[in-house]
Amino acid sequence: MKDRIKDLSGFLLKIWRHPKGRVGAVLIALLIFTAILAPLIAPYDPYDVTARSEKGLAPSLSHLLGTTITTGQDIFSMLIYGTRVSLLVGVVSGLSIAFLGAILGVISGFLGKWADMLIMRLVDVMLVIPTLPLTIVLTNLFGKSYGLIIFIFTLFGWTGLARVVRSQVLIIKKSTYVKAAQLAGASDFHIMFRHILPGVSHLLIMNTALTSAGIMVAEAGLSFLGLGDPTAISWGKMLAEAQSGGALLFGHWWWILAPGIGIFVSVFAFMRLGLALEEIFNPRMRRTSSIRKLWKSMNGAYLQDVFHSMDEEPVPVLQKERVAVRE
Amino acid sequence: MGEPLILAANLSVDFPVRGALGKKKKVHAVSDVSLTIEKGKTFGLVGESGCGKTTLANLLLGLVKPDAGSILFDGKEITDISQKQLKIVRRDMQMIFQDPLSSLNPRFNIFRIISEPLFIRGGYTRKQMEARVLELLELVGLPASSLHRYPSDFSGGQRQRIGIARALALNPKFLVCDEPVSALDVSVHAQILNLLMDLQKELSITYLFISHNLAVVRDICQSVAVMYLGKVVETGNAQTIFDHPVHPYTQSLLSAVLDVDADNKRERIILQGDIPSPIDLPTGCRFHTRCPNARPECAIHSPELREIESHHRAACY
Repeated sequence: MKDRIKDLSGFLLKIWRHPKGRVGAVLIALLIFTAILAPLIAPYDPYDVTARSEKGLAPSLSHLLGTTITTGQDIFSMLIYGTRVSLLVGVVSGLSIAFLGAILGVISGFLGKWADMLIMRLVDVMLVIPTLPLTIVLTNLFGKSYGLIIFIFTLFGWTGLARVVRSQVLIIKKSTYVKAAQLAGASDFHIMFRHILPGVSHLLIMNTALTSAGIMVAEAGLSFLGLGDPTAISWGKMLAEAQSGGALLFGHWWWILAPGIGIFVSVFAFMRLGLALEEIFNPRMRRTSSIRKLWKSMNGAYLQDVFHSMDEEPVPVLQKERVAVRE
Repeated sequence: MGEPLILAANLSVDFPVRGALGKKKKVHAVSDVSLTIEKGKTFGLVGESGCGKTTLANLLLGLVKPDAGSILFDGKEITDISQKQLKIVRRDMQMIFQDPLSSLNPRFNIFRIISEPLFIRGGYTRKQMEARVLELLELVGLPASSLHRYPSDFSGGQRQRIGIARALALNPKFLVCDEPVSALDVSVHAQILNLLMDLQKELSITYLFISHNLAVVRDICQSVAVMYLGKVVETGNAQTIFDHPVHPYTQSLLSAVLDVDADNKRERIILQGDIPSPIDLPTGCRFHTRCPNARPECAIHSPELREIESHHRAACY
């Protein structure tokens, strides 16, 4: 137990010492703080649509980001409340994806045979199902709620992680330290919980941070399309209202910019943390510039790239030189 | 001849593979191997890569089930017993691996690594485990302060010592050393080998020593078996075999050993061609395709191991 606490505090210290990790950790702490204490921080009730005299106000000291043109809601308070939906959907989906991906990946890699075949074929099927049309159909069928959105994200999000976990499990399963444990009479249960799960935990932690960031963008998109909970306040919905409410027409740029900054900051924070974790776990990743990595991760090619770099062979520069000298 | 710890008779194992067009084929990993390993002695197993040394070790450890043959371990048949009984027998057998780093879980500290066999067996308190681990660390010559450090903090030789300590945790009678020094610096070889020899004297453990370093095998083994393509071609007393090898394969192996003495001009026997595939074995003697003194009958009949002198048997006409 003492070792565990020491490991954990050492791990947190590593994140803190990492420049990207520190930025991410501080921003995430700030976001969590805002989400929990939203009613205390927000100066007005963001749901209050009765302030008819205060419609479409420009930013001022009493309304830091002005009010909406259509209903006169305080945009700053809406921005603060929007943190709740974004964080909740992002983090809960990220965690449940890690959970599902870990279970299915470990089963697939560890049991092998028919279980492996079944799960990997299921992954192939899931990868070709178009998610957006399916989401529109399902939200119309079962009612619009964030619970459903989290469910859909989880249902389609675990596939990549399961594959990555599976390949790592296959490596650990064949390692000689597992053979040593088997020789000492270890059960499958022992190998699973003492060797394999701790061996893939870094993938799960990193994946949770990175997918959470991606899911926050996706959630904003769905809310913008009106597929989120219509009664909640979210950044995506704020953007949709700004557009339909004529923010562009009246030149109220702050109405559009506020949720945009909210989305940017939260995605940026999780991305930073995820990239920092990646570099802590895999020192070889430090070579690529972070901007290129950020761009790649937005394109979803990131995880593949990470694993490509892992089994990349060092370029045999020396050999070429030796040939040249001989000639 | 001393009392045997392991008596293996006519062991064979094939692994199924799928060839082109889904044709089912077999890799003949070990065929018709018989061995006797004496208590408290070191038995050397020599042969080139892929000749079945490791598979044979896995057979003796009960990790692979043989297709035919029997293994008596300490007088008990272990080829047809249940997994549960096998686990109990296996407490007396342990293994030391070639690459000391990959055989230690990088996430475990030294205490967790060495105490793992005790943890798996169960029935030890944390205090007892700690005492036993400290005892083992002292036995293999590592400081007690290593307890809470990680494998990456140690050098190759020290990591191999950790692996040895883990293997000794349950007081095994039989220890398989699978190339225990070939991944280490030459300067550390002697240290690890001396440690193994000292431990053998102190704890009277029986070793199966797998290696392609013939000089090491000659130094520390009392008996040797030379394998080629899954078969034992020559076996017996180490000194006799190294002094007058009978089988042409053993002769060519020994002639390839580097000698420090540059003036010592020996005749090198250089084998032609590659080792045949263990899937499509040559007919007759498995070595006839590369044998310098092959005769017509070698391609037809496979020679049996026969007694050359006492404690020395070879499979050649």
